[in-house]
Amino acid sequence: MNADNIQIDYQGRLLHFLSLEGLNRRHLMEILDTAESLLGVAERRVKKLPTLHGKTVVNLFFEASTRTRTTFELAAKRLSADVLTLNIATSSAIKGESLLDTLRNIEAMQCDMFIVRHGQSGAAEFIARHVKPHIAVLNAGDGCHSHPTQAMLDVFTIHRHKPDFNNLQVAIVGDILYSRVARSLIQALNILGVTDIRVVAPRTLLPVAVNKLGVKVFHNPHDGLQNVDVIVMLRLQKERMEGALLPSKQEFFQCYGLTEERLALAKPDAIVMHPGPTNRGVEIDSRVADGPQSVILEQVTNGIAVRMAIMSITLGNHARPAVVDNL
Amino acid sequence: MNIAICGGRLVDPAYHIDTVTDVFIAEGKIAGIGRPPSGFSIDQIIDARNQIVCPGLIDLCARLREPGLIHKATIASETGAAAAAGITTLVCPPDTDPVINEPSVVELISRLTKAAGKARVIALGALTHCLRGERLAEMAALKDVGCVGVSDGGHPVTNTLVLRRALEYAATFDLTVFLTPLDTWLRHGIAHEGQVATRMGLPAIPIAAETGAMARDLELIRDIGVRVHFGRLSCARSVELMARAQSEGLQVTADVAIHNLHLTDIDLAGFDSQCHVQPPLRGLVDRDALRNGLASGVVGAVCSDHQPHERDAKLAPFGDTEPGISGLETLLALSLRLVHDETLPLAVVLERLTCGPARILGLDSGHLRVGGIADICIFDPEARWKVKTDNLLSRGQNSPFLGWELRGQLTHTLFEGQLVYERGNMPVKKAINH
Repeated sequence: MNADNIQIDYQGRLLHFLSLEGLNRRHLMEILDTAESLLGVAERRVKKLPTLHGKTVVNLFFEASTRTRTTFELAAKRLSADVLTLNIATSSAIKGESLLDTLRNIEAMQCDMFIVRHGQSGAAEFIARHVKPHIAVLNAGDGCHSHPTQAMLDVFTIHRHKPDFNNLQVAIVGDILYSRVARSLIQALNILGVTDIRVVAPRTLLPVAVNKLGVKVFHNPHDGLQNVDVIVMLRLQKERMEGALLPSKQEFFQCYGLTEERLALAKPDAIVMHPGPTNRGVEIDSRVADGPQSVILEQVTNGIAVRMAIMSITLGNHARPAVVDNL
Repeated sequence: MNIAICGGRLVDPAYHIDTVTDVFIAEGKIAGIGRPPSGFSIDQIIDARNQIVCPGLIDLCARLREPGLIHKATIASETGAAAAAGITTLVCPPDTDPVINEPSVVELISRLTKAAGKARVIALGALTHCLRGERLAEMAALKDVGCVGVSDGGHPVTNTLVLRRALEYAATFDLTVFLTPLDTWLRHGIAHEGQVATRMGLPAIPIAAETGAMARDLELIRDIGVRVHFGRLSCARSVELMARAQSEGLQVTADVAIHNLHLTDIDLAGFDSQCHVQPPLRGLVDRDALRNGLASGVVGAVCSDHQPHERDAKLAPFGDTEPGISGLETLLALSLRLVHDETLPLAVVLERLTCGPARILGLDSGHLRVGGIADICIFDPEARWKVKTDNLLSRGQNSPFLGWELRGQLTHTLFEGQLVYERGNMPVKKAINH
């Protein structure tokens, strides 16, 4: 039975960061507050804090990534950790080594934190269940399941522009079916009390029972973007055309692409977000991506602070064993 | 050796018997029920007081992994586990390596089974050559060496024309065809399409993957008039389709895997790879419909769908693991759980494990009658035990039921009159004359 939530200890403190499942508002606000306090580090002349001095952080990437990997790397370095990045997509996995063997070998190198990206849903949780107890595992994206640090940097960015989560309207547009970003963001927004979360997509790009995730479903951006405060555009993978999910990039852009006209449906001060990398002319028009309402690059900057926060919280909780009651 | 099973509650659904009586065995056959034949000398007495004595169980689907995957299990190891589970007849699908495509493979399996001497293995022949779905297998030759049926072995025939002809050809030789209802293009998921798969981001298998394929197959069967058994139904709509086809007079039967009667997609929580099965665990509504189908007889048998794996096969992220559960040794107790929680009466549950599957196979077995082969299962219906890796004899210890406390424990198995399993603490008294 694997039903227990392994990312929190019995006092409810974060030990790993695998998904937003089972976390509460307090966990999320702790991350947002910590990230807020760390945001200033990048502006200093010496962009470093000693928090993770002497710790070794390993980036385990079984799937290609530039943005997520580099921001994790920078985050770890700014906390003075030693960082090792392994692109396993191109190494041992291809030689036939099992994930568990790869894990045991890296574990033997005395590491303190694994940052994992893997093509299979549940991979980060699998690793967290099999590593030595002193190691913290952060999920940098697993299959279509979860990308919780991305969700946290998204809500952090939203929070800086729209401090009141309760009266927020957020539309997430595009490939919800395959998107771990969407799943995690929907969960995070729900935990933080956002009541109007919308997904806008054709039916082929929506999983069944998507409304049970706590969202309103729209197939037409004209209705879905009406009066929203935040628009999150998702990246559309080329493969979607091959799987008979969409006829063409052009038709997708025509029906769902974020243009200035569609953006005008939202509130005048609405912000436009995208987890990157963007496909200009597919899900987003260049004028919008580069326009005044776009906060896409700010998301990247915030990503470093948010990941620093999550790293220091989880490793901090590993360093301080849970207080035993009734001493 | 002459054996007397004394004082047990004999439950034989085939003859609607449920009474406390003695059973006498000689020369591999049942020599007497109630009283011994004249001149019967007893070599061994099995004290079956407070226990249930029933026909040996017949499992319609068990992968024994041999030939081909002996790092997972062998015929010797798995028939040993079957004996410890009260199962005396196992049906082995043709997806071995090599495929059960020609008489020599059947003979190999038969030789290994006889050498082990723990249970009977009935091999199903391939429906199409090498299960590729392109041309017919040599069904007549397979029938000659003892195959009672032919099967797609979990690889559904995509080409409808090939399937139609394969059904016609099988009908020519009066072979039952065992099909897996699964659409080739909709099957590429790992979890039931529903809220759980959506939340977990797991590729989903819709219900139509099963019902669509089944509807196609049923239309072909209607034209041809062939006996077809659909293995491992997983959803409510399949039970409806089956009920309708049966009421229309089609010669179709179905079974369900025991785990689909107890688990649902909710059990996937935490990405538990032990719950990775094919067909997938579906919703509560489906589980209940399968239970009702079993009760009404629309689903005529419950099987273990035994798929033993080595440890590594389940030690990976969910989608990278191999599907299947090592199910032999929990089959009886999990079936009895349906009795204990008052879902089904005991006689019905035992029917679906004994004469029900025998009828599907067209075998004169699964019952206890004087002169019949002495395949007998004896169990204590009340004994509680915990499923643990160290009390499973199967080479595969992949089970989502590890840690479950079950009620109902096997004490003895007789296969062709031989005591092939006896639980450790059950003393067998020697040679007392009646």
